[in-house]
Amino acid sequence: MIVEYQNIFNQVQVQGSPEMGTDNENQMMKERTKKPFFSTLVGWVGNAQIGPIYLGWTGLVSLFTGILALNIIGLNMLAQVGWSIPEFLRQLFWLALEPPSPEYGLSMPPLDDGGWYIIASMFLLVSVMSWWARTWFLAEQHKMGKHIFWAFGAAIWLFLVLGLFRPVLMGAWSEAVPYGIFPHLDWTTAFSIRYGNLYYNPFHALSIVFLYGSVLLFAMHGATILAVTRFGGDRELEQIYDRGTATERAALFWRWTMGFNATMEGIHRWAWWFAVLTPITGGIGILLTGTVVDNWFIWAQEHNFAPEYNGDYGYEAYDTQFGQEG
Amino acid sequence: MFPKWFNKWNADNPTDVFGPAILIGSLGGAVFVAIMLITWGQPYATASQQSGPRGTGMSQTEFVRALAARKADPEMAAANYVVAPEGEAPAVEYDPGLGDELVTAMRSWTGIPNLFAEDNYQTNVAYLMISMTQFLNEEYGYHVNASGEGVGVTCYTCHRGQPVPNGVWFKLGAVNEAASGWSAVQNRATMQSQSTSLPSNALESYLLGDEVIQVHDLESRVAGSIAEGEVASIQQTEMTFSLMNYYDNSLGVNCVFCHNSRAFYDGGQVTPQWATAQVAREMVQTLNADYLVPLKDTLPDNRLGPIMGDAPKAGCLTCHQGQNRPVNGHLWLEAYPELATIGGG
Repeated sequence: MIVEYQNIFNQVQVQGSPEMGTDNENQMMKERTKKPFFSTLVGWVGNAQIGPIYLGWTGLVSLFTGILALNIIGLNMLAQVGWSIPEFLRQLFWLALEPPSPEYGLSMPPLDDGGWYIIASMFLLVSVMSWWARTWFLAEQHKMGKHIFWAFGAAIWLFLVLGLFRPVLMGAWSEAVPYGIFPHLDWTTAFSIRYGNLYYNPFHALSIVFLYGSVLLFAMHGATILAVTRFGGDRELEQIYDRGTATERAALFWRWTMGFNATMEGIHRWAWWFAVLTPITGGIGILLTGTVVDNWFIWAQEHNFAPEYNGDYGYEAYDTQFGQEG
Repeated sequence: MFPKWFNKWNADNPTDVFGPAILIGSLGGAVFVAIMLITWGQPYATASQQSGPRGTGMSQTEFVRALAARKADPEMAAANYVVAPEGEAPAVEYDPGLGDELVTAMRSWTGIPNLFAEDNYQTNVAYLMISMTQFLNEEYGYHVNASGEGVGVTCYTCHRGQPVPNGVWFKLGAVNEAASGWSAVQNRATMQSQSTSLPSNALESYLLGDEVIQVHDLESRVAGSIAEGEVASIQQTEMTFSLMNYYDNSLGVNCVFCHNSRAFYDGGQVTPQWATAQVAREMVQTLNADYLVPLKDTLPDNRLGPIMGDAPKAGCLTCHQGQNRPVNGHLWLEAYPELATIGGG
């Protein structure tokens, strides 16, 4: 029946006495809350066991400030539609808590013109940073490396560039990203248009390389491991320390395909670096925009990054006006 | 449910029906779709028109069906969109001095049968509108004759048989409650924001007011503070984007009708239509300031804006109504030269 088990939907679920994890010097349930239980629904796509949960002070602070920030955003949206729940639902994707108007610079604006935005952002900052601290402490308690902490830090770098570092360098909170579904997409488009086409920002280009590269690496690695599972390849840690036929076959496959293969351990470093470099390079690109470079297309032409286009343009290229199709 | 022998026979003869069923269903479906496409044609066929140099990706794409639907009724076009009145037309008591034929046409174009027959507000407005039309044809020929000499505009270009043209706009004021500044004027699906969450005050700022549309810097680095208003902010960019959406949807085109979208700001890479649109903006500002805003005192309250009580104003949509050449570029001025000269004369 092992074949039945090999699906993103687990058709066979193991539900017995809960797995309590590493015994931390006989303090198994100290600071852990909630008796573990099993969910068949969750078991379909992952581990059926829920809990126990360890929050700690960082988790509690993070949850509290995060919920507060979300509520400030939601209540502001609700106030904008006159406290009408149907309108709130109807306009939800359009509504936003916007940053202050530009004239307030870096000062504290009135509450109804970005003041609430500053307050919500402050709580969100505390929430994210304490969750970041949590990834450090939990790794330490498990005597793990801090790879997850640094990876999350890469995402936080981009978050801080967008909402803190760049607005401060630009001298106005108005440059921050609005909290709203469509409005944050408007911001993204406007950002590219305003600064002369972000596609000509080399760090934006690098970020895209790492983003798409991450996707490709994830697909290649996932497929490779699934393909050699029948030879024990899914026991990756064992294969790293004691290379077996699964590793040999996987390595040979890629060497025959493209002349090169990553190692059983190294592929995870490839994946980690591609993932963290996506927001790191992206953040650098955003930080330079409007502070160091104001028009990326012109910058790219000045630095031989985009070619000068010497084709026909403008009025000379047209004999008569076109656009006559009704 | 089924007889025992049937269930027994099925149990004794296990057969995989899904494999063949899926195979036959897929093949049969593919054959059916192929036959329908060959006999009935592609229902979503598109036509495209190049609007820039090769290799720049500048083209306008539209559904063939949408293009066909836009073609005007040829009989109506032959009669200059004039529908003869039913019964006897009311006598002309307040003659604008342009001839009875034109009065009949104006009554048909505006859908107001007693125009110039009574001393009503419509007649009073009509005098000003005649001046406006003559002014447009005389002073803004560069725009209204852009697609050919003799095109021009008449009442029909905007009115299309309706007393109030479909494409007029009113000030919206703040669209959000409990907000001020930029927070108050955006993030709602309105006609002015083209149902996006972009600012809803773009028409007011650019077609009534004279805010700068351009937001780009023309050097790779320029000094200037956003807080001091020395360089354009994200908010101003979004308002520009909102206006550009309005232009696009009003004319049924996209960005590359006027711009090379890789460098929106570059005057060396724009199309001739860009200049036509520049003139149009100045034209619309003049129309609004000199002819339409002053109508506030003439029009009754129910014809004024629902929120700010302002007079109806014109924009691209008012004439264009989804076409880059309004009314398919119908040649009006041959039949009605009176409307092409200020003073009718």
